[in-house]
Amino acid sequence: MAFILDKVSYRYSEGTAYEMTALDQVSLQIQDGEFIGVIGHTGSGKSTLIQHLNGLLKATEGAIYFNGQDIYDKDYDLRDLRTQVGMVFQYPEHQLFEETVFKDVCFGPKNQGLPEKDVTLRAYEALRSVGLPDKYFDVSPFELSGGQKRRAAIAGVLAMKPSVLILDEPTAGLDPRGRDEILDLIAEMHVHYGNTVILVSHSMEDVAKYVDRIIVMDHGHVMFDDVPREVFHHYRELEEIGLAAPQVTYLMHEMQERGLDVNCDATTVDEARDAILQWIGNQR
Amino acid sequence: MLRDITLGQYYPADSKIHALDPRTKLFGTLLFIISVFSFEGVIGFVAITVFLFWVIHMSKVPLNFMLRGLKAIMILLIIAGMFNLFLTPGQPLVTIWKISITREGLRNAIMMTIRMVYLIMGSSVMTLTTTPNQLTDGLEKALHPLNKINVPVHEIAMMMSIALRFIPILIEETDKIMKAQMARGADFESGGLIKKAKNMVPLLVPLFVSAFRRANDLALAMEARCYVGGDGRTKMMPLVYTQIDRVGYAVVIGYFILLMVIKAVL
Amino acid sequence: MGIIEAKNLVHEYIIRDEEGNVESIQTALDHMDLKVEPGQFIAVLGHNGSGKSTFAKHINALLTPTEGTLIVDGMDASDEDNTYAIRQTAGMVFQNPDNQIIASVVQEDVGFGPENIGVPTDEIWERVERSLKSVGMWKYREHSPNKLSGGQKQRVAIAGVMAMEPKCIILDEPTAMLDPDGRKEVLAAVHTLNREKGVTIILITHYMEEVVDADYVYVMDQGKVVMEGNPRGIFSQVDTLQEHRLDVPQITLLAHELQRAGLPLADGILTREELIDALERIVKGR
Repeated sequence: MAFILDKVSYRYSEGTAYEMTALDQVSLQIQDGEFIGVIGHTGSGKSTLIQHLNGLLKATEGAIYFNGQDIYDKDYDLRDLRTQVGMVFQYPEHQLFEETVFKDVCFGPKNQGLPEKDVTLRAYEALRSVGLPDKYFDVSPFELSGGQKRRAAIAGVLAMKPSVLILDEPTAGLDPRGRDEILDLIAEMHVHYGNTVILVSHSMEDVAKYVDRIIVMDHGHVMFDDVPREVFHHYRELEEIGLAAPQVTYLMHEMQERGLDVNCDATTVDEARDAILQWIGNQR
Repeated sequence: MLRDITLGQYYPADSKIHALDPRTKLFGTLLFIISVFSFEGVIGFVAITVFLFWVIHMSKVPLNFMLRGLKAIMILLIIAGMFNLFLTPGQPLVTIWKISITREGLRNAIMMTIRMVYLIMGSSVMTLTTTPNQLTDGLEKALHPLNKINVPVHEIAMMMSIALRFIPILIEETDKIMKAQMARGADFESGGLIKKAKNMVPLLVPLFVSAFRRANDLALAMEARCYVGGDGRTKMMPLVYTQIDRVGYAVVIGYFILLMVIKAVL
Repeated sequence: MGIIEAKNLVHEYIIRDEEGNVESIQTALDHMDLKVEPGQFIAVLGHNGSGKSTFAKHINALLTPTEGTLIVDGMDASDEDNTYAIRQTAGMVFQNPDNQIIASVVQEDVGFGPENIGVPTDEIWERVERSLKSVGMWKYREHSPNKLSGGQKQRVAIAGVMAMEPKCIILDEPTAMLDPDGRKEVLAAVHTLNREKGVTIILITHYMEEVVDADYVYVMDQGKVVMEGNPRGIFSQVDTLQEHRLDVPQITLLAHELQRAGLPLADGILTREELIDALERIVKGR
């Protein structure tokens, strides 16, 4: 079991007039090797939630267990937690600072206290796995294009070999191709290393295509927590809180409302195509 | 803690103080600060306190909003207070081991703390009731004569108002970058002074890069909106003194004379 | 006569090394042609690095053509004397909402443009009120921009441009940094301006859903216009769009996939309703 969250609450500016509850009694379990999408509109508490998982924010109430250990225990090493739970923030390229791309990627493993040789090896591996060609290793990170910068920044987190990888809107600001490349990369890595991946996103379409489980946050609560198909059945409720199910989900439900008896479970274009073809086949 | 800095945070409200011309407020704040540093004795203190709280009440800014600004400099206040308390020579009141608190020390510490607190609160009244733009407009106009000796008053005022707009943004950004580097195992807390300074590099470089990027974007956006410097610009809020400013000046000057009288009599 | 006309427009970025020697030349715009009629809602699509932002900066005279001509409302953009007149005619909204708001209070920011062009005080206030109302931000006029959402900030930026009473507004990826709610807000505001105030809109974006309601669409790649037409015509060419590193809306993609699987569907289906109607016809036709 990677994470157990037990009635976790978090309040900003506690005790002042500006007190605001960002998380309200959230209980969750996350298993090793899961690929999870966390969805919610701005201010729903999703960013607050993930920042608890690597101890950047400390819950005002409740407990969090990582691999069975209480992370708020006096003796618990939070820095060690942070190396095991890698976090890619929104616009991660804004954290690049070293003279060369390679050095920047070394920053994480170096902080882990690894010997020089291992640091180099890990940085190399990480840069390779994000598909950044060797010729960019020795250039300044500030000379890369937007998409390349983002890859370099993600490599900086991967080089720490985290067993849990959290990504906050990793595709923000990228064009469609850049977005697909990054998401494919994450999915590939998930398959290859079997690590736990938590993907925070606004886009239902992206999430539906990749994840096995969706957690919908609203006003600091977990509103839904299920496989995509089940979550999107609640598309009306999702809409009420400012979220939308993928377009194909709407399509399937609208077809059914018109009396066209098609299976409504589809959440991706491929699934929808198959469902419609099957339905047409049945009409014959 | 960074969020507590009230400097440059305008508090919108519909009050007499908000309606004053920024020049009146600048002048008033200046006189108030002089009065705070020249007062002595309990009566002077009472007069200043009454005046300050009356103005705060008039401004319709909640008191706790003002006090938040103090939180940010609390440590500074305590340290300065301690120095005064323990290091002023004079007649000892209490002696613990080798350190003694003197009557003069106690007096100095109290005076100093009150003065600092009133200084901050007094200037917060100005910054909270005046938009940074009005404030810089006020300064620009008050300092306008310096233009004659080739001081670029308009440019300085523009830079100030832009700086005020971006301070909160950069503070937020610092917070974000700090978290991102901490997630990569960076350590901003432990170690000696030199190590600490070195550890700041992963925070400062991205911050500078971001500030430059923002500056670039902003320059472009200003150009796109036809900004070419101070010449030929009109003002959305030209500064004109009205009745309320005459009252304002009268009140502030009256207050100052009263304090001076109190000081002279006692 | 179009309000914006680009003919053979070329822009080259010359990159110099530290000694000032030319290191390389990058062609960002490569003989581009484009024409916009007054009152139109135009979308320019392209992936990052396709040259669309470089083009946008030309319309606002922030960049000048290396070769070819660009005419904005009858003025030649290569002529420096026209710079300020062009910037008043064609206002520009940028991607990052934070980096284009100058003042610390919403209404003062909206007044910044009119101040620069010397509008008398009373009229500035009238313009500020009109423009803030036109984007639905009037009630936030005394707020600090820092306390607004991304979509609201972007609407303030649009109001700031509107206050200069331009004939045309260019929006350079105005929604790239916003969440879905913010995106909807901004797009709705832009459409309202186009419809009710007759402002010509040039929307530069890589989100396909945003161009569905445009009058005309240009697709750019490598500094050239590679496709143009109405949205339906553009979206009917799913494969070509994907070659240019662009998406199509999910419904269009689904229709395309179904077509490939042998269903007799028309090209360029844009909405769910269209698709359902078409599917119903197929089934009932049997």
